[in-house]
Amino acid sequence: MVIRIDALNRKLLRDLWRIKGQAMAISMVMACGIALMISSFGTVTVLEESMNAFYDRTRFADVFATLKRAPDSLKEDIERIPGVSIVETRVIAAVNLDLPNMAEPATGQLISLPERGEPLLNDVIILNGRYPSSQRPNEVAVTDAFASAHGLTVGDSFKAIINGNKRSLEIVGLGMTPEYIYALGPGSLMPDDKRFGVMWMGRKALAAAFDLDGAFNSVTMALQLGASEEEVIRRLDVLLEPYGGVGSYAREDQLSNFFLVNEISQLRTSGAVFPPVFLLVAAFLLNVVVSRIVATEREQIGLLKAFGYNDLEVGWVYLKLVLILVLVGLGMGMALGLWMGGGMITMYTTYYKFPLLDLGVDPGVFTSAAIVSLVAGMVGGLGAVRQAAKLSPAVAMAPPVPTSYKAGPLSRFFAQFTISQPTRMIFRHVTRFPVRASLTIIGVAFSVALMVMSLFFLDSVERVIAVYFFQAERQTLTVSFVEPRPAVVEQEIQHLPGVIKTQPVRSVAVRLRNGHLSDRKAIQGIVSGADLARLLDTDQKIVEPPLGGLALSMHIAKDLNLKVGDLVTVEVLQERRPIEQIPVVRLVEEYLGFQAYMHIDALNRLMKEGPTVTGIHVMVDSRYADDLYATLKDTPGVAGIAQQTATLASFRETMDNTMNVMIGFYVALASLIAFGVAYNAARIALSERSRALASLRVLGFTREEVTYILLGELGILTLVSLPVGCLLGYSMALAMSPMLATDLYNFPFVIESSTHGWSVIVVCVSATICGLITRQRVFGLDLVSALKTRE
Amino acid sequence: MPDGVQDGTRLVETFRAEGITKVYETGGLRVEALRGVDLTLYEGELVVLLGPSGSGKSTLLNILGGLDLPTAGRLFFKDLELTACSPHDLTMYRRDHVGFVFQFYNLIPSLTARENVGLVTEIAEDPMSAEEALEMVGLEHRLDHFPSQLSGGEQQRVAIARAIAKRPDVLLCDEPTGALDSKTGIVVLQALERANRELGTTTALITHNAGIKDMSERVIRFADGQIISVDENPEKKTPEELTW
Repeated sequence: MVIRIDALNRKLLRDLWRIKGQAMAISMVMACGIALMISSFGTVTVLEESMNAFYDRTRFADVFATLKRAPDSLKEDIERIPGVSIVETRVIAAVNLDLPNMAEPATGQLISLPERGEPLLNDVIILNGRYPSSQRPNEVAVTDAFASAHGLTVGDSFKAIINGNKRSLEIVGLGMTPEYIYALGPGSLMPDDKRFGVMWMGRKALAAAFDLDGAFNSVTMALQLGASEEEVIRRLDVLLEPYGGVGSYAREDQLSNFFLVNEISQLRTSGAVFPPVFLLVAAFLLNVVVSRIVATEREQIGLLKAFGYNDLEVGWVYLKLVLILVLVGLGMGMALGLWMGGGMITMYTTYYKFPLLDLGVDPGVFTSAAIVSLVAGMVGGLGAVRQAAKLSPAVAMAPPVPTSYKAGPLSRFFAQFTISQPTRMIFRHVTRFPVRASLTIIGVAFSVALMVMSLFFLDSVERVIAVYFFQAERQTLTVSFVEPRPAVVEQEIQHLPGVIKTQPVRSVAVRLRNGHLSDRKAIQGIVSGADLARLLDTDQKIVEPPLGGLALSMHIAKDLNLKVGDLVTVEVLQERRPIEQIPVVRLVEEYLGFQAYMHIDALNRLMKEGPTVTGIHVMVDSRYADDLYATLKDTPGVAGIAQQTATLASFRETMDNTMNVMIGFYVALASLIAFGVAYNAARIALSERSRALASLRVLGFTREEVTYILLGELGILTLVSLPVGCLLGYSMALAMSPMLATDLYNFPFVIESSTHGWSVIVVCVSATICGLITRQRVFGLDLVSALKTRE
Repeated sequence: MPDGVQDGTRLVETFRAEGITKVYETGGLRVEALRGVDLTLYEGELVVLLGPSGSGKSTLLNILGGLDLPTAGRLFFKDLELTACSPHDLTMYRRDHVGFVFQFYNLIPSLTARENVGLVTEIAEDPMSAEEALEMVGLEHRLDHFPSQLSGGEQQRVAIARAIAKRPDVLLCDEPTGALDSKTGIVVLQALERANRELGTTTALITHNAGIKDMSERVIRFADGQIISVDENPEKKTPEELTW
């Protein structure tokens, strides 16, 4: 079958083929914007819908509380709080685990399951096996992630130190829980499925092991629709206070949920920030290219109209050109977006453990992408299309007058200097089309800025690591105890194998209050002259813990609107629960895990106790580390061991897996924008000036001299855009840095000069490559035919 | 070097072409633009090349000017064999010895008249000043005008000034008056004639306009890629005397 294409469409296809390089650049820049939009919003939708579905299915609680010990009878009082619909009491306990494939102990979070039936709230979805039987005290269900991190499955066993006794636990089920979608162990900064596992056991067995028969130490509850969360929490705190309640909190402050929601909102922000940049650049390129085509085809347009084609028919030809570029970009962007979204979801499944839906073709997202890209296409192309439609045939067929130049102020300024005519041509051309030159500069500057902003993350993370792991928290590991211990325990630890140095630490749960602002935090007690875990001020200088006041993390001070000299109400949430007004005497800079600090003696005085510790920081001789771990695994009263090296390793691994992928992607995008903008600028300049350049060749200018005129302009524009881009990237990173901070970590605003350097290099390389391609075109200029044709 | 004799004066050869053939092959189509042309041009003479379109005169002019190389044959500019030159040598040859004038003036729109001429004076060995060159074509009062501010005839005269400013050995003009009315055309021809006379530049002028042949010393007629006649013109007229 012969496909009939009418003459106008054939012309359209040939025009398209002639500008294929530029067309591809435009479509690809547009595709990147669309892909980012689709992958970000698509992933946001998947995460949100999956989260809501999972929360619904598992009946994720609205309010959570932990306490020391309360009799089961208290449950009825809790149920009577207005607004409460379901109350579930549980026993929870942190235990040390002894795993065959690990020298160091891991931490297990044991959660009780009701004697009969499924949990009313926070159900465990069993993926494999069954719920543990309440009749068999050694049966547990564990999270799927923990089991697979250790190569364990249903039927396997491992050992745990439960209340001082080493017991063998048999895995009967693998499950998932809404409480630990983001499974952060105590004192960890990143989920680490090897060192932290959640497990479920029958209530009776767990209560017996921790002397909590007929009692509970954890409450979760669902609220009625419209109930006041704040009021329920206030009443619950009152009820639990005599039983060692450490303050209840709502779902939004539940750690796992907090991270998940935060991640979704960050993703939504980046999905809204980046795509418009790409679409604007694409619109600009489209405008330049289509305008140029209309300009070079003036005579053809005149001819078509002389033959009897009307304005609409002629305009439609060029509109189709715009539409084809937009549709190609949209199509590629959709495919790329689905692929990238799939990759993002795979990445999320390694950090967020819950069933994620598939990334489907979300009609909403796809429709918006289509609308947005069409709008960008119209913004870019419609002006040029209108020009073509409105051109009157008589005007179109007359040769255009030479581009008019005037001696402007800049030209008079340059007249003072002896500059060669070619250089003069460069400057005149740049200043003759200031809008186009500025847009080119902005386009290239954006790609520099995008690079700076992406690499800023690395600088920031490196600063965090340098300060947190190598200046502030220098211990090898921290041993924490189940119960506060007399300070003499430090000496016992000192005698363990491989211990080089120790430092005691006391941690107390408190609520800090300033007027109506309050925050649940821990006060860390630190000794004078601490050498392992140290306090740093805002200039990273070591400071001594204050004896008569509180040193506060800047982040907390900001949240509670406190400054040095203010009094803060400290409500201790454990032991004798003293409440005191304490002055803030110093602010400290922290990037990870914000806390308040006091001298350990002052903290013990506040608690009205003698020398007491809750943990010991230890520096370990790595040769004896395994011996130390073996000893600690069997030491009763040890709640857990937080290893700095493991923390750092998992921190780095997470960064490598998530950030580096994103950064690599943004670097590629930045190069693409730089290339697209520069290549189009060079091609347009070549198209507009091929006659002038051919004339110069005829006059005896060498190919290099002629190339200089063409690429000199590109060079100037690129050079101007570099500092603009660095400045733009700097401001964007500065604005972004506080937006990325969470309650757990901060991204300090640091931009190393190497970041500017690399951004400049990548963009320069991109511009150079397109310069080289254009140079080949200049070399190939046909002198004779260029001179014979009328412009 | 074989010298020609005219009016009893020994003439120095500027160009000697021997069996110049130029074949274009585009898309399987073979076009013989020049078929074995022999020609000698002498120093200081003004020749007019006449012939219908496609007869090969522009092709020859381009080859003489070092814009193109013949497919076969040899071409000498004085002692320099152009047919043995590299592209770079040809660029240098154009830079140092050739001035071109085209039908479409090919001025750089972003440069003023003075600066357009300056393009050439900056790279030439022994140029006149841009002002002098523009004075020779009668544009001393339009030095700082951009092309868009000049009429067609004025633009063409700037192009001539640009071509002669380097004191070229040869001036090659392809339809210099083709886009101009007769009155303006005469002004342009006056400028060319003055350059030929005062600078002694060998000048070859392509035209469709037979009236212009009267200002030349020799008229060379082309047809089908070959020279069909070379006529001497003993009664050379000034441009003002021409009519068409």
